[in-house]
Amino acid sequence: MESEVIMREMIISELTQAMQELTRGFAHILPRIIVLVIIAFAGWVVAYFLKVFLRSILRLIKFDKLSESAGASALLTKAALPTATELLSRFAFWVAWLGFILLGVSVLGIFGLQEQIAKFFLFLPHLIVALCIMFFGLLAASFFSRAALLAAVNANLPSPRLLSVSVRSIIIIFVLSMVFEEVGVAEQTMLVAFGIAFGALMLGLAIAFGTGGKDLAQQFLEKRFGRGKKDEGKEDELSPL
Amino acid sequence: MAEARLPEVRLADETFLTDDFLRQLINVGEVDILVGVPTHNNAKTIGAIVEAIQAGILRFFPRQRAAIINADGGSRDGTPELIVKAAIDDARGRDSKPYTLRTLHSISTQYSSSPARGTALRTILSAAELLRAKACAVISPESTQITTDWLTTLLQPIYTEEFDLVLPTYCRHRSDGILLTNLLYPMTRALYGLTIREPYALDFAFSGRLGSQFLAQNAWHDDTAQAGSETQFTLAAIAGGYRIRQSFLGTKQHVERASADLVPAMRQTVGALFSSMEPSFSLWSTKTGSQPIPTTGAERECILAPLRVNRKRLREMFTTGIAELESVFQSILSPSTLAELQKIARPEEVRFRYSNELWVKTVYEFAAAFHKSVISRDHIIQALAPLFRGRAFTFLGENSNGSADDVEHNVEALCLEFERMKPYLLEKWNGGE
Repeated sequence: MESEVIMREMIISELTQAMQELTRGFAHILPRIIVLVIIAFAGWVVAYFLKVFLRSILRLIKFDKLSESAGASALLTKAALPTATELLSRFAFWVAWLGFILLGVSVLGIFGLQEQIAKFFLFLPHLIVALCIMFFGLLAASFFSRAALLAAVNANLPSPRLLSVSVRSIIIIFVLSMVFEEVGVAEQTMLVAFGIAFGALMLGLAIAFGTGGKDLAQQFLEKRFGRGKKDEGKEDELSPL
Repeated sequence: MAEARLPEVRLADETFLTDDFLRQLINVGEVDILVGVPTHNNAKTIGAIVEAIQAGILRFFPRQRAAIINADGGSRDGTPELIVKAAIDDARGRDSKPYTLRTLHSISTQYSSSPARGTALRTILSAAELLRAKACAVISPESTQITTDWLTTLLQPIYTEEFDLVLPTYCRHRSDGILLTNLLYPMTRALYGLTIREPYALDFAFSGRLGSQFLAQNAWHDDTAQAGSETQFTLAAIAGGYRIRQSFLGTKQHVERASADLVPAMRQTVGALFSSMEPSFSLWSTKTGSQPIPTTGAERECILAPLRVNRKRLREMFTTGIAELESVFQSILSPSTLAELQKIARPEEVRFRYSNELWVKTVYEFAAAFHKSVISRDHIIQALAPLFRGRAFTFLGENSNGSADDVEHNVEALCLEFERMKPYLLEKWNGGE
């Protein structure tokens, strides 16, 4: 009987202690959860205004037009995504809100989570830089491939579109390797892959120019160093001005 | 005397002209007549041209103070030396050189180690302003057909009749100057209401005040603004309401050009014309019809001698352009215009014809796209080149057997089409804004 009493008292004591600890823990975490909710709400408001502000600025500077000339709009349309302005505004919203939420989560003091959150915040600038590289890279690829296309058409070179696509591909490969390096994804693999792809492309072009286009190369060199026939390349005796 | 007055002279840009050139200009003092010759490796032709200029000055302006200014773009064949030789000192003149009442100065300056037409013109304008020249002429180093009469034809209206700009008209082969007859002349006429035959003139004359005004207003530090400065000069005179006239200079020598010359030529002319439309919108948007401007001699004469022209290649380049540049044209042209162009570019289309209406629509849509910068402006000009080849093909076909009157009639019909469709340009210009 006595042992039963002792046991019951022990159970009650343990339960009371557990309840007390739970209550203490709850009392400890509740204000932090409230702070998390407040931070998340404030973050949502800030992120929303940031989205609206950014959208207005991008519309003002006609960012969609820029994105269209970069060729980014065509990619977005193919992927059934919204316009570049809308996409960037939404991206800014989610990054800002997620940042606030993570800030709130760090207040909870969960072991190991704070380190991951710090890593995320350190990674964020790299992500933004990578996106910038991607955008301006696409812009450059679009500009130079179009310049190559126009120059090839006006010079009456064979396969102007192939030349244009080659220029675009080289720039995009280069940009992608930079983007992956920036975000730190498979750096070594990307470096090697870029080296192989670029080298193969150059070798292919050199072989193509040397064998398939030897006549063209001969014409080019003769024209360049002035030993070609004088009549070649004339605008059929037409003077536009 | 001249040195005492020089501090009053406003330097156009103190850092632009070299010290040596400034020193030479100070030694000249002031002049009445200035002839500018922009050069770059023109030793083969420049001797005869400078001789004609010298003879023209001595014959028609013997009592006026005159100077020849050479703006050289880094010649390595002794061109500047040949021009400097044209100077006549009145003390030495009686022995070896023609007699002159006044010293004829001939100065050369190298503005750069590579040629740039805009900088050459700027150098000549700056010199004209510093020397307070009343009448100035610019003579192209390629104008080997120059005669002594050119000097009086170009300069006399400025010097005695107070005109501000004298532009040339020439006798050309009917197949030459197709960019002028099919785009520059009709579009300038439709925009500004003046029948200026040669908006892109390499031989022309201007008053000191027009030169100074252009020198002050032009954005010389912007490389793109310097392209087509001759066209810009003409358009600035029109926009400024200056007195303009045309003078017939005789036969324009046929210059053979490589196909690669078309795009630079379009940049200098069409690019400058499209660029000028923005600042002068209020002027051209209200103009309707056109008025003739005072002209001495023929407005346009035609040489009808046969000329071998490979029209097949023009059509091929047009067809290739339409096929390869579809994505570029989609940004510039309206869907209906692009569809019409694709239709006439089909290989099975035996009777290829780039009609006046379609050509005018094309040009106006390009002008509007240039204004809105739908893509790089330079790319817009480059994209027009293959279409121009298609138009040249049609123009040559329509005029291959025609008389001079027929050619003139066809050009006039195109001009009227440009004028008729001007509302379409305004619609496209203002559309989407």
